[in-house]
Amino acid sequence: MQVNEKLAVEHGLKVEEYKLICELLKRTPNLTELGIFSAMWNEHCSYKSSRLHLKKLPTKGKKVIQGPGENAGVIDIEDGDAIVFKIESHNHPSFIEPYQGAATGVGGIMRDVFTMGARPIANLNSIHFGSTQHKKTKNLLRGVVHGIGGYGNCMGVPTIGGQTCFDRSYNGNILVNAMTLGLVKKNKIFYSKAAGLNKPVIYVGSKTGRDGIHGASMASASFDDKIEEKKPTVQVGDPFTEKLLLEACLELMAGDSIIAIQDMGAAGLTSSSIEMASKGKLGIEINLDKVPCRETKMTPYEIMLSESQERMLIVLENGKENLAKKIFDKWGLDFAVIGKTTNTKDIELFFNSEQVAKIPINILVENSPMYDRKWKKTKLPKKNKIQKKDLKNLKILDVLKKMISNPNVCSKKWIWEQYDHTVMGDTIQKPGGNSGVVRVHGTNKAVAAAVDSSAVYCWAHPLTGGKQIVCESWRNLISVGAKPVAITNCLNFGSPEKEENMGEFVECVEGIGEASKYLAFPVVSGNVSFYNQTKEVGIKPTPVIGGVGLIKDYTKMITMNFKSEGNLVLVIGKTEGHLDQSLFARTILDEKNGPPPEINLFNEKNNGETILKLIEGNYIKSAHDVSLGGILVGISKMCIAGNIGIEIKKPRSLLSEFEYFFCEDQGRYIIEILKSDLKKVTSVLQKNAVHYDKIGTLVGKSISFNEKTIVPVDELKSYNNNWLNNFMS
Amino acid sequence: MKSSVITFPGSNCDRDMDVALKKFGFKNKMIWHNDNELPKSDLVVLPGGFSYGDYLRCGSVASKSKIMQSVINFAKSGGLVMGICNGFQILVEAGLVPGVLLRNKYLEFICKNVFVKIDNKDNPYFKNLEKDIFELHIAHNEGNYFCTDDQLKEIKDNNQVAIHYCNNDGKIEEEFNPNGSIKNIAGILNKEKNVLGMMPHPERMIDSCLSGEDGSLFFKNLLNNIK
Repeated sequence: MQVNEKLAVEHGLKVEEYKLICELLKRTPNLTELGIFSAMWNEHCSYKSSRLHLKKLPTKGKKVIQGPGENAGVIDIEDGDAIVFKIESHNHPSFIEPYQGAATGVGGIMRDVFTMGARPIANLNSIHFGSTQHKKTKNLLRGVVHGIGGYGNCMGVPTIGGQTCFDRSYNGNILVNAMTLGLVKKNKIFYSKAAGLNKPVIYVGSKTGRDGIHGASMASASFDDKIEEKKPTVQVGDPFTEKLLLEACLELMAGDSIIAIQDMGAAGLTSSSIEMASKGKLGIEINLDKVPCRETKMTPYEIMLSESQERMLIVLENGKENLAKKIFDKWGLDFAVIGKTTNTKDIELFFNSEQVAKIPINILVENSPMYDRKWKKTKLPKKNKIQKKDLKNLKILDVLKKMISNPNVCSKKWIWEQYDHTVMGDTIQKPGGNSGVVRVHGTNKAVAAAVDSSAVYCWAHPLTGGKQIVCESWRNLISVGAKPVAITNCLNFGSPEKEENMGEFVECVEGIGEASKYLAFPVVSGNVSFYNQTKEVGIKPTPVIGGVGLIKDYTKMITMNFKSEGNLVLVIGKTEGHLDQSLFARTILDEKNGPPPEINLFNEKNNGETILKLIEGNYIKSAHDVSLGGILVGISKMCIAGNIGIEIKKPRSLLSEFEYFFCEDQGRYIIEILKSDLKKVTSVLQKNAVHYDKIGTLVGKSISFNEKTIVPVDELKSYNNNWLNNFMS
Repeated sequence: MKSSVITFPGSNCDRDMDVALKKFGFKNKMIWHNDNELPKSDLVVLPGGFSYGDYLRCGSVASKSKIMQSVINFAKSGGLVMGICNGFQILVEAGLVPGVLLRNKYLEFICKNVFVKIDNKDNPYFKNLEKDIFELHIAHNEGNYFCTDDQLKEIKDNNQVAIHYCNNDGKIEEEFNPNGSIKNIAGILNKEKNVLGMMPHPERMIDSCLSGEDGSLFFKNLLNNIK
C-alpha cells in the first residue's frame, strides 16, 4: 500500500503532522510505521491538545508517592501501605457497543492498577446517558451496566460506588468512566521504566487478534452517521483471562524478576513497548514472529495496532525467563520472549527475518505534536431574579416528590445491585451513600472513594464548575469520616478544535487546579477524553473527579442514614438561597440560565475540617453533604435510608421556603447529633466560625414542615425507588 | 478441625472463605485445582467465583478438573463437602447434589441481602442452630434452582431441602424469591446430608460492620458440630 498524505489523513493524522513525520524521519514511513505514528500521535495517547494545560494541575503532596505519568497514581496510607488508583474513560466504544465497551473499560483500568503491583480492592464508575426520552438511552444503560458488572463481578473486585446522570447533551455520546483502587506495599510498587541493556522483553496474557485495531484513533475523533461501521474498533473483553493474568502477575511480582511492566491498553503493543523504552531512554527490538497470535496471517501492522485485551509487556531480569514462564504456564496463559532492550534508542521491528520498521523513539514521544489551541473564555452569567409569582402556585410537597424521583436524584439500586459490591469481604459502606468504603484487609484502616461530576455547573461557568466538583468530592469523603487525600480526574469534553469546547476544557482544568491546590487534594492520575461529539453537537463539559480518602479507624466511619428518634439535625454552612442552575430551577421552573453557585474555598475547607473534628469527637451520628436538589432532598434521602421521620422547622431568614430548602449553595452538610451534645457541638462550630442552622428533630415515620405539611417516609421512598425500576422494566 | 478450600482458575471467593474459616478456628489449607489428592480434611469447601470463566455452563468445567475426583471420593465416603454459589454450581455439575442452576429469572446479576429459612437441622451444617431465619448475602447470575417433578418429590421425601428464600418473618412466598428458584429453594443437601450446596455466601456476613453477622453463627456452629 502506497503511503501518502491521503492515507495519513485516513489514519486520523493532519496533513501538517504527516509532513512533520516525513521531515523527522527524513523519508516516507512505510505502512507499519505510519500506523505506529497514528497510534502514538492521536489525541488519546499523545494528549496533544491538553498537555499544555494539564501541567498546571497540582500533582504533588506529602502523601503522593507517584503522580501522573505512570499507569496510575499512588498515595501513601501509612504503615507501609499505599493505594494505587486511576479513572479512565471508555466513552466512544461504549456508545458503539455498550456491553463490550463498558466491560473493557473496567478491564483496562484494573490492568492499569495491577500493573503497578497492586491488588485491585474496589471499583467505581461514573456513567452519563442521554435524555430518558431518547430511544437509545434504555438499551445503552442496560448494556453498560451489564458490561461493567460482567467484567468486575467475574474479577471478584467489589464495585463500591458510582454515579449515573441523564442529560440530553449525551444523546449522541454517552460517557463511561471507570475507576479502580488497588492496595500495594509501598516497597513493592512496579513502574514502567525499562532499565538495562539486552534485557528480555516478555509478552504475557491473551493472544493478539484483529480486534480493536485503531481503537485509540477512533476515540480521538467525533462520531458521524456511520458509527455502526466502527464496531470492529471495539475490543472484546474476557474477564476470566484477566483474573488469571492478575493472579499470575501478582505471583511473579512477589519475587524480584521484573524490571518494568506495562499493560497493553490503548494502541496495544505499540504504546506499551515505546513507553517502556522511552522512559528508560533505551531502544527496543521486537520480533513480531514471536508474538502469540489468535488469527493466521496477521501482518506487522495489525499486530502492532491490535487492542486485544488482557495482555502485558514485561522487561525481565536476565535468567528469570524460566521462573516467569512456569508461573504463566500454571495459570494457562501465553508467555513469549519477543524481544530485548537495546542501546539504539530506536524501536526496531522484525518480521520473517526482515526489518519492517525502525523509528527513533524520541521522534514518537518527545517530538509528538503539542498544540496551544485557541480557546474562548466563558463569562459569568448574570443572576436571574426568580419572581415571587413563579413560586406562587407551587406546593412544597409536590416539588419534593418530583425532585426525589428525578432521574438524576432517584435511587440507583437497580444498577448497583447488579454489581457484586461485597466480594473480598471488606466493603463496609455499600453504594448509595456519600462514598463507598472498603477496609484495608486485616487492618483498622479503611479507604473511602467517590466519583462526582456537575456538568450543568461546568456548562454554565466552567471555572466555577471545575472548582465545584473537587469540593463535592472532598465533601463526599468528609461525610463518611475520611480525610481526603488525593484525586484522579477524567476530563470528558467535545472537540478541542472548537474554541468554545477548548475554552470549557481550559477553564474547568483551571478550576480543578485552584480547588485541589487550596484543599491540598492533589491530582495524581487521570485521563482526557476529547471529541465526545456527534457531527457538530458536543456534550456538556463533564470533568469527573474520583476522590480518595483515608479513615484511620474504621469504627469511626459515618453513614448517611438517620439513626435514632429524638436526635437533632443541623445544617452546617450558610444557606444563601442560590437557585440558578439548581435542580429546582431547571426542572421545576424550567429556568436554564444564570451562574452556578459560588465556591468559597475558605469556607469549604473550614467547614469540612470542622466536620472531621466533630466526627473525631464522636459527635456525629449521621452525615450527608448538601448537593443536587438542596437541603430537603438531602434530608429526605437520610430519612429514607434510616426509615425515620423528622419535624422540620425552617430557621428564621429572609429566604422563601423554596429558596431555603432547594437552593444549592456549596460547602454545606446535614448532620445528626444527640440532643445532649448540642452545646458541645455548637461551641466547636462557633469556635471555628462555622455557620449552622438547627433545622429539626427526628421523630416518627413522616416528614413534616412547620407543623403542617406531612408526608410519610415510605411514600417518599417509593417515589425515590420506583423511577428507575419503572423506566427499565 | 481441618478444612480445605479448592481454588479453581476463576474462583474469587476463595480468600474470603479462607478468612472466614480461620476466623472461627478452622485450620484451613488452599488446594489448587490441578492437585491430585486432598489433604486430610474434616471439611472441603468449593468457593464462589467464576471457575473457568463460567464457560460452557457454570461449574461444568471445574466439575471435571483433577482435584474433583478426590473431592467426589471424599464426599462418597461421607466427608463434608460444602459448595457456595459457584461451588454449588460445581456440586450440581458433578452430580453430588440433584438439580440444576439456571440463569436468574430476570436475567440480571443480583447482589443483595436476603433472608433464608433453615428447614432441615438434621445435618452437620445446621444442627444445633438456635435461629431458624438467617440474613445472608447473595451475589449471582445463575442461582435459579430447578429440578424435575420426580426429583422434587424425591428431594422432599428425603428431606433434602436445606434452606428456602423467605422474608424476615420466615414467610416463604414467591415475592421473596430473588431469582426464580423452584419452591424458593436456596440450598440443598445430598441424600446422606454430608454434601451441602447453597447460593448465599455466609463468608460475607462474618462481621457486624459488613452486611451482617449471621454468617458468624453459621461458622461457629459448624465448627462445634464437626468437633
